[in-house]
Amino acid sequence: MTTTTDIQPIVQGKALNKSFGRVIGLNECDFELYPGEVLAVVGDNGAGKSTLIKCLSGALVPDSGEMFINGEQVSFKTTHDARSKGVETVYQTLAVAPALDISENLYLGREVRKKGILGKLFRSLDKKHMRETSTKSLSELGVLTVQSITQPVETLSGGQRQAVAVSRAGTFGSKVVILDEPTAALGVNESARVLKLIKDLRDRGMSIILISHNMPQVFDVADRIHIQRLGRRAAVVTPEARTMNDVVAIMTGALTIPVEDQQLAPVR
Amino acid sequence: MSQTAPTTAAEEFASRVTPMQRVQHVLHRYPWVSPLVVLAILIIVFAFLGLVMDVGALDNFAKPGTISLMLQQTVIIGTLAIAQTIVILTAGIDLSIGAIMVFSQMVMANLAVYTTASNVLPIAGQNPILAVILGIIVGTLAGGVNGFLIVRFNLPPFIVTLGTLSIFTALTLILFKARTIQGKEYPEFLGIMGKDFQPFGGFSVTVGLIVMIALYIIFAYILRGTAWGTHVYAVGDDPVASELSGINVKRVLFSVYLVAGFIIGIAAWITIGRLGSASPNVAPEINLETITAVVIGGTSLFGGRGRLIGTFIGTLIIIVLDFGLSLAGLDQAYRVLAIGILVIAAVAVDQWIRKVRA
Ligand SMILES: Nc1ncnc2c1ncn2[C@@H]1O[C@H](COP(=O)(O)OP(=O)(O)OP(=O)(O)O)[C@@H](O)[C@H]1O
Ligand SMILES: [Mg+2]
Repeated sequence: MTTTTDIQPIVQGKALNKSFGRVIGLNECDFELYPGEVLAVVGDNGAGKSTLIKCLSGALVPDSGEMFINGEQVSFKTTHDARSKGVETVYQTLAVAPALDISENLYLGREVRKKGILGKLFRSLDKKHMRETSTKSLSELGVLTVQSITQPVETLSGGQRQAVAVSRAGTFGSKVVILDEPTAALGVNESARVLKLIKDLRDRGMSIILISHNMPQVFDVADRIHIQRLGRRAAVVTPEARTMNDVVAIMTGALTIPVEDQQLAPVR
Repeated sequence: MSQTAPTTAAEEFASRVTPMQRVQHVLHRYPWVSPLVVLAILIIVFAFLGLVMDVGALDNFAKPGTISLMLQQTVIIGTLAIAQTIVILTAGIDLSIGAIMVFSQMVMANLAVYTTASNVLPIAGQNPILAVILGIIVGTLAGGVNGFLIVRFNLPPFIVTLGTLSIFTALTLILFKARTIQGKEYPEFLGIMGKDFQPFGGFSVTVGLIVMIALYIIFAYILRGTAWGTHVYAVGDDPVASELSGINVKRVLFSVYLVAGFIIGIAAWITIGRLGSASPNVAPEINLETITAVVIGGTSLFGGRGRLIGTFIGTLIIIVLDFGLSLAGLDQAYRVLAIGILVIAAVAVDQWIRKVRA
C-alpha cells in the first residue's frame, strides 16, 4: 500500500526518546505528519501520546532523536520556538488562564503593542486591535456564540472554552495545529462542533495532529491514524483500510501489521 | 452547522439568572465594588453619627482637617500595599515588606547623616539624594533576593519571605544598632515626603501623598495596560497555562519581587517623611496591615484576580475605621475586631465570586 513519494513531511520525528526517571515516555519513536492532513494519534493510556506531542511542540525536550519541520532540522527548547515555526498546540489540560478574558487569552504570550511612542516607550497594549482580531478569527471559525470578547474565559462553557483554545491555535499564521484530546470533556453537540472546527482548519490548509481515545471521532475526521504503543509507533493505517477493532487490536498488541500494509505515505 | 442551536428547556432553565447571580457577576467583573460599598457605608455612618447624633468627637469626622489627615495617614500602608498587591496577584505573599522597608529606611537615614569617618556604609557621605537613591536600590535588591530564592529554588513565597523578614530585621539591628535618627539630624531632602501644602482652605496635602497616588496610577496602568501586567495576572491565575502559552513564568515572578522591592524602597522614603524620623522599631504590624488592605480590597489570595484601586479602597477602609472609631471614643480593640470581621468577609466573598459560571 505504501508508495514512494516526494512529498516532504511538515513535521517529522526520528527515533525520539524521552524518559522520566525510570519511566519511559518515548522509545525510539518515529513520526510523520504530511501537509494538509488530519493525523490521528491513538494509543492506550500511558502509550506516550502526550509525551510525543509535547516534544513536537517544545513543551518537553527529547533526550535523543531528531525533529524536522519541512525538512529543516529543529530543536525546540520552549513552546515559543515551536510557535515561531508555526506549530501551535492545544494541550490536554486546556492551557487557558481562566480569569483573563477571551481576547487576552488568544493573545497570551504574544500581546500586541500600540504603534508609536505609546507602544515603544510606555509599552501600551493595543487592546482594541487584539479584541477586533480575536472577534474576527473566532467568527471566521464559526465559534463566536459568546456574548463578549471581554468575557472571562471561566464564565464560558466547556465547549466554548475548547473552541477558544482551538481558535487560538488556528490563528496567528500557524501551519500545524496539535490537539490533545480536544473533545474528552465535551458533550455530543459540543464535540461535533469541535470536530467541525478541525475539518475547517484542515480545509484552510492546516495540518493537524489529533490525539483522541474516541474511535468513532477518529474514524470520522482522520486521514491517517498513527497508533502509539509502549512509547513507539506500532503502525500507521487509514480509516478506509482498517476497522476500529483492528486499530484497538494494534493498540493492545493483539495485532501487528507489516510495514508494507501500513500507510506511511500521505493520502491527501 | 448553525451556531445558534435551538434552546432546549433545560438550557433555558440553566440560563435563568437570579438576582444573587447578577450580583455575583458584577463582583466577579469588578471585585472592588464590595469594598467601595463598605467604605461608603463607613463614611456615611461616621458622618451621620457625628453630625446628626453628635457621638463623641465624631462631629470632626467630616471636616477638611480630619479628611486630609486621614489621607496623609494612608501613605505608609497604601504604598506598601501596592507592592503587596502585585505579589499577591501572582498567588504569592510578601511577609518581609515591613522588614525591607525599615532596612532601606535605615540605609537612607544613616547614609544621609554620618560622615565617612563614623559610618558603617561610608559610600554616600552626607549626600541625601545619593542616600535616597541607594536606599531605594537596597530595597529593590532585597526584593530581588526574595525573588531569586523563590524562583531559583522553587520555594514557597510564604516561607522565603518569613525567612527574609527575620534576616532583614536582624541586618537592620546589626548594621545600624537600634538607634532612631531624628528629623533634625538629617538633611531636609530626606524628609521631603512629609512636606505639606494647602491647595485649598483647611485641606492639606503632603508630597508623600501625591507620590503614593502617582504610584497607584502608574502601577494601575502597568498592570492593566502592558503585557507584563497581563503576564502577572496570568501567572497568578494559572502558571502551567502561562508557561505553555510561552510566558517565562520564572522571569515574571522574579521581576514581580524586584518591582515590589523598588516600591518598598520608595515607601521607606515616604515613611521617613510621614513620621519625621527613621526608626528601626517602626511599624511591626505593617505586613499584616498591607495584606489586610489588599484582601479587603477584593484581591484574591489565590492569585490572578483583583485591582489596585481595590487596594487603595482597602487602605482607606483601615484608616477610616481607625479614625472613626477613635473619634467615637471607642477602644482600639473595636477597630481590630472590625478589621478581623472584614478580612474574613472579604475572603468569603472572594470564594463565592470565584465560583461564577456562565
Ligand atoms: N512529567 C512526567 N513525569 C513522570 N512520568 C511521566 C511524565 N509525563 C508522562 N509520564 C509517563 O510517561 C508515560 C507516557 O505518558 P503520556 O502522558 O505521554 O501518555 P498518554 O499516551 O498521553 O496517556 P493518556 O492517554 O492517559 O493521556 C506514562 O507512563 C506516564 O506516566
Ligand atoms: Mg495524554
